[in-house]
Amino acid sequence: MTALTLVAVLALLYRPLGDHMYRVYSGDRDTWAERLTYRALGVAPRQEQRWPGYARSVLAFSLVSILFLYAFQRVQNHLVLSLGFPPVVDHVAWNTAVSFVTNTNWQSYAGENTMGHLVQMSGLAVQNFASAAVGLAVAMALVRGFARGDSDTIGNFWADLVRGAYRILLPLAFAGAVLLVAGGVVQNLAGPHEVPAVLGGTTTLTGGPVASQEAVKQLGSNGGGFYAANSAHPWENPNGWTNWLQNLLMLLIPVALPRTFGRMVGQNRQGYALAAVVAVIAIASIWLTNVFEAGGAATVPQAAGLAMEGKEVRFGLSESATFAASTTLTSTGAVNAAHDSFTPLGGMMAMVGMMLGEVAPGGVGSGLYGLLILAVITVFVAGLMVGRTPEYLGKKIAAREIKLASLYFLVTPVLVLTGTALALANRAGLAGTLNTGPHGLSEILYAFTSAANNNGSAFAGLTANTPWWDVALGVAMLLGRFAPMVFVLALAGSLARQTPVPSSAGTLPTHRPQFVGLVIGVTVVVVALTYLPALALGPLAEGTGG
Amino acid sequence: MNVLLGALAKLSPLSLWRNPVMFVVEVGALAATVLAVVTPGFFAWAVVGWLWLTVLFANLAESVAEGRGKAQAATLRAARRDTTARLADGSVTPSAALKKGDLVVVEAGEVIPGDGDVVEGIASVDESAITGESAPVIRESGGDRSAVTGGTKVLSDRIVVRITQRPGESFVDRMISLVEGANRQKTPNEIALNILLAALTVVFLVATATMQPMAIYSKAVNPGVPDSAALTADGVTGVTLVALLVCLIPTTIGALLSAIGIAGIDRLVRRNVLAMSGRAVEAAGDVSTLLLDKTGTITLGNRQAAAFQAAEGVDLRDLAEAAQLSSLADDTPEGRSIVVYAKEHFGLRERPVAGAHWVPFSARTRMSGVDVGDRQIRKGAATAVMKWVRDAGGRPTAEIGHLVDGIAASGGTPLVVAERGRVLGVIHLKDVVKQGMRERFDEMRRMGIRTVMITGDNPLTARAIADEAGVDDFLAEATPEDKLGLIRREQFGGRLVAMTGDGTNDAPALAQADVGVAMNTGTSAAKEAGNMVDLDSNPTKLIEIVEIGKQLLITRGALTTFSIANDIAKYFAIIPAVFAAVYPGLDALNVMRLATPQSAILSAVVFNALVIVALIPLALRGVAYRPANASAMLSRNLAVYGLGGVVAPFAGIKLVDLVIQHLPGLS
Repeated sequence: MTALTLVAVLALLYRPLGDHMYRVYSGDRDTWAERLTYRALGVAPRQEQRWPGYARSVLAFSLVSILFLYAFQRVQNHLVLSLGFPPVVDHVAWNTAVSFVTNTNWQSYAGENTMGHLVQMSGLAVQNFASAAVGLAVAMALVRGFARGDSDTIGNFWADLVRGAYRILLPLAFAGAVLLVAGGVVQNLAGPHEVPAVLGGTTTLTGGPVASQEAVKQLGSNGGGFYAANSAHPWENPNGWTNWLQNLLMLLIPVALPRTFGRMVGQNRQGYALAAVVAVIAIASIWLTNVFEAGGAATVPQAAGLAMEGKEVRFGLSESATFAASTTLTSTGAVNAAHDSFTPLGGMMAMVGMMLGEVAPGGVGSGLYGLLILAVITVFVAGLMVGRTPEYLGKKIAAREIKLASLYFLVTPVLVLTGTALALANRAGLAGTLNTGPHGLSEILYAFTSAANNNGSAFAGLTANTPWWDVALGVAMLLGRFAPMVFVLALAGSLARQTPVPSSAGTLPTHRPQFVGLVIGVTVVVVALTYLPALALGPLAEGTGG
Repeated sequence: MNVLLGALAKLSPLSLWRNPVMFVVEVGALAATVLAVVTPGFFAWAVVGWLWLTVLFANLAESVAEGRGKAQAATLRAARRDTTARLADGSVTPSAALKKGDLVVVEAGEVIPGDGDVVEGIASVDESAITGESAPVIRESGGDRSAVTGGTKVLSDRIVVRITQRPGESFVDRMISLVEGANRQKTPNEIALNILLAALTVVFLVATATMQPMAIYSKAVNPGVPDSAALTADGVTGVTLVALLVCLIPTTIGALLSAIGIAGIDRLVRRNVLAMSGRAVEAAGDVSTLLLDKTGTITLGNRQAAAFQAAEGVDLRDLAEAAQLSSLADDTPEGRSIVVYAKEHFGLRERPVAGAHWVPFSARTRMSGVDVGDRQIRKGAATAVMKWVRDAGGRPTAEIGHLVDGIAASGGTPLVVAERGRVLGVIHLKDVVKQGMRERFDEMRRMGIRTVMITGDNPLTARAIADEAGVDDFLAEATPEDKLGLIRREQFGGRLVAMTGDGTNDAPALAQADVGVAMNTGTSAAKEAGNMVDLDSNPTKLIEIVEIGKQLLITRGALTTFSIANDIAKYFAIIPAVFAAVYPGLDALNVMRLATPQSAILSAVVFNALVIVALIPLALRGVAYRPANASAMLSRNLAVYGLGGVVAPFAGIKLVDLVIQHLPGLS
């Protein structure tokens, strides 16, 4: 039911939101707030950048963000609203800084028990906006590569960054926050309260600016919760309505981006084709996760009637399964249930959602560029089969293009698999697992899958705030975010330079169901081939009763 | 035998280095051999043997493809035997020492010592050594038939040839190196595909290598499970790991990729077309505009009589009789067609005419005819014949003018027939479009290719023929500059253009076109400028060239898809074989019910090697190609090579397993 209403509302918003984003990135009008920001940053927003310049801007901005966020956490005890917390430990601070700047929001720290309100609001929440806007900017640069011809430049990073943050993320996050507050999410600057617990004794609950952070956490495919319990916490996600809204918010922008893409390349049907790819994969994943959870075969679920361990009773099984699928498919990583407690195959679906490379619909911006890379690879193989050297949207996919697409596509599998192998092969890595057997392997595999794909959800069970894990996952997040971005921008540059080839009856049409099916096929087959051995020794071994 | 030796010679890592996929297989085979020496066993040695066979089969594919070219090169070499050349100043020098610009004299019975242009004289030349066509051809100075090729033989007369080649770079030299594939460069698309294959190889290398710690972990957490041939406490055995890797990386396409390219060029050679580079063959598949010369390509070379239209008061039969009579001695194709038409439609037989005086056509009078007794009959261009009639005191009516204009408007050529002082009527000469051209052009359109007819005719005539032939566009009164301009315009819009040409003035356009096919009868300048030469000098072949280019690309794509699709079944064979011991539930993946873990792994390796051999004929022949639009073509190829690629190995591996499971060492 949730899934159906979600699909309906997303379908309704596809055009207006996609068109709005198209106007934001294609217009030539600046608001006063933007002009002020440009002046403060000392940048010229009308100065078109070539791809190396664009990439340097992305990397410089992100590097400064990481350094700033790291320093912020390390000195929080000297700042106001610190709630009396000590500075964040160095390896945790590094991991968290990288995590939020890479739009991963893997939380090695314990939410409200580690960070004061100021760091949460002006450090972490700011990155929730900034990292999402960076993702959008890079996606727009790639789309311009397709849309432009005979051009050296792919846009201006600073203009894209600021516009995305001010005109897309801020207004939507504001509206989202208001709706969440109306739904009962807390929004204050209160410190910890001692409250009597149901079973006697007391428990500590901390107030805070939750709703404002929660909206952008979902909207920007961030996922880093104010509370350690994330969207399972009753003050962060109190009821069915807020849960539905959070689910919608994380899907909203990534689902509408294909429309923006279609508008920018001047062929809406190309946008619909990508949206169809997303819809088919996402709906199938959500459905399968629900099926696996509902059919939970293990002993406990059968005794209890439902696999409810680790799930919130106020959401129930289906809402938890749907949320888990959405959060992994979108690279958000917010959780409203413990994925560790899912049935083996249900947990595998959460992993597969990320292993797809976060493309269905993926993160804000990153989903679209990931999808376009897959479309390029699909066009390359399928295009040959129509007897022409391959082209997508009138741009030839030749050696340079396929090299960059291949490099993009290599990054995450290499990070995930080598990370998992390294963790399994050393004591410090293995020390973190809670379970042994295939489930222990799943915990490790999940952690690296989540980090390298910039998802940020955790399988729980894994104690990942040790120096080894903080450093390893930090490296995975950093490379998993910025290496692909550089390849995407280089691809944008090489596409923009080309003269578009007019399409003819001999050109592979990329807007028909045939192509949609092909992209889905290529995505699923390539992911299956890459990860099958790892999945076989983890969730599949567990799920088949091994 | 030579092919086998060639395949063995290619085992050298130095030559395999160019092919990343097969290089990895060879390194794997080497590693597996070492492992098999350390811990021998029937299973290990069987796998090692088949791994080496995999590499060998790949080399075999390339050798077979090259072998066909080598045979062709041998015949060409025979033509290149060293001769001596007689220079125009009387001195004699070995043909190998000829320089560009030297003038040589060749007489009947002598072999032309090098490529060049005839600057003096006319001769019939036997070019069968390079074209395979035994009928001699005429080569003369000036004009578009002046080029001669070294190694061909002068049959009659004497010519003086200016050498245009540099030593060792003759046309035959180039042909030899082309058909042998000696310094074959990878084409752009081949390079791109190689990059993708290398990337896939890296993915599978990582997937296989990282499986090891996972396997060690899995074995360690299941302490009760005994070691197997595939999995021990030290992880997956080395031989099994290599076997898995080789099965997963795209060996099928990796093995056949260069054979496909060589075979593509070879298919052209067998149609007597020489592509100067593989790049040109690939570009042919991408062509979106074809420039076709009207004469000889779209229409039969010459105009033919299509109707007689009598003037008022003249019997049509009289006109036919006069027309026939005036043409009996006219052996231009137009003249002959008039005689044929008169015979077919009016039953007028050819007959010897006594005492006739034939008046041949001249550029000055622009008419021809016959004087028999007191009859004077003339036929020719309307203005010339009318003037002749008026000069003789006749008064042609305005009606004749209408007839003439009508024929011209319909794209035909009017020939007025008159008998001293009286116009008899008009012959309608018409360009005859070759049979089946309209269907070819419709096919082209479905493939997304625009056809443009190039003609020197006026726009009116051009339009009529263009409509009849069904081309998309035409360029009338075309000068070489117009042609070049048209090509540039098309290319500016991002289109790839193919054309044929033979004259020196075609050279700039041939050079500008993405696919420029020069006729072998043409000038050296044209042959130099184009990137293909048609030895048969048949311009219609351009269409076939495009199809061969497309077929080459489709074959590559189809085998790549097939290769990747194959992997699914191999996982289903190997994963349960290795891990079902520790996780019995994984035996559910053994959908093929392969007998033992060893037989399963070996079956996958054997199938992987055999499929290369099985597909060599397909790689050499190219996949079946039928012109269709992109969607239809893709659907068909996906069904055959995508779906087929998923299903075939399930059946194939099972079959191999059924055979080998009884071998003693595999249980």
